[in-house]
Amino acid sequence: MNEIIEMIRAPWPWYTSGAIIAGVMFVLIFFGKSFGFSSNFRTICAMSGGGKQCEFFDFHWRNQIWNLLFLVGTILGGIIAGTLLSNGSAVEISEATLADLSALGIAAPEGMQPKEIFSWEALTSASGWIMLVLGGFLVGFGSRYGGGCTSGHAISGLSTMQLPSLVAVIGFFIGGLFTTFVLLPFILA
Amino acid sequence: MKALKFILAGIVFGIVMAKSEAISWFRIQEMFRFQSFHMYGIIGTAVVLGALGVALIKKFKLKDIGGNPIVFNDKSKQWPRYIIGGTIFGTGWALTGACPGPMFVNFGYGYLVFIVVIAAAALGTYTYGYILKRLPH
Repeated sequence: MNEIIEMIRAPWPWYTSGAIIAGVMFVLIFFGKSFGFSSNFRTICAMSGGGKQCEFFDFHWRNQIWNLLFLVGTILGGIIAGTLLSNGSAVEISEATLADLSALGIAAPEGMQPKEIFSWEALTSASGWIMLVLGGFLVGFGSRYGGGCTSGHAISGLSTMQLPSLVAVIGFFIGGLFTTFVLLPFILA
Repeated sequence: MKALKFILAGIVFGIVMAKSEAISWFRIQEMFRFQSFHMYGIIGTAVVLGALGVALIKKFKLKDIGGNPIVFNDKSKQWPRYIIGGTIFGTGWALTGACPGPMFVNFGYGYLVFIVVIAAAALGTYTYGYILKRLPH
């Protein structure tokens, strides 16, 4: 029994995760919905009264409450994973990534996230604002402009063989590779 | 019960994203540097099993729990939006190391500063809604 608990509290392998994510997508499909997380930001804008100024947010957002409930679940899932199911181990990334990030001034993992970036102190520096505030802004802007995020395009869209989703995923990588290899060395300098 | 099932699905999703470290900025960096199979394994497994399941749903014309036939709508063929919007999204993904779902999982996991990232993302979506008529789609 202790071995099972140890196993659950250690990081899970990719195939377990991939299979469960597909399972979550099918559960939502059988509930009559579809798996796409970023729509929640549009719903949040609509709930906050965005529809008064802008017709993009003037829609029946109450039909999207199920997705907000899913969102609440993800926060709860994060709490459970971070407390009951965590053994506190650091993320074990490859040696090559450790070396590349060390050259950028990012220390080896001690937990889930680099403390240089994901702390309140980071918001006292320009680089912190770029990483957290500009980064978040671009995710929110780009996911709606591009019609979806990783769940809607990469998982749901590719599973149903949507060519538009493949184009969007190629875009994800153009932006991600450019940022990783060209922008990050400047931002973290 | 109607509400609970969506919350439960979200809990499972949140746990699995955290336990497989898909919410970690380190893992996203590893992915964009092509230095590990981990993230490709997660997304690849989900897509392969997803495609298999979708094929089965279509073949056996399965219905959802409300008794309605399950249909998969084709996405509109507006190419500029997918490539431009996708590239903007990818830039943000590499900066924050988090796509929308993981932002909330991270917040729950204890990285409370993600509330700032979430607020910025909502502002980004708001800005898109405000200027979308002036953008190529």
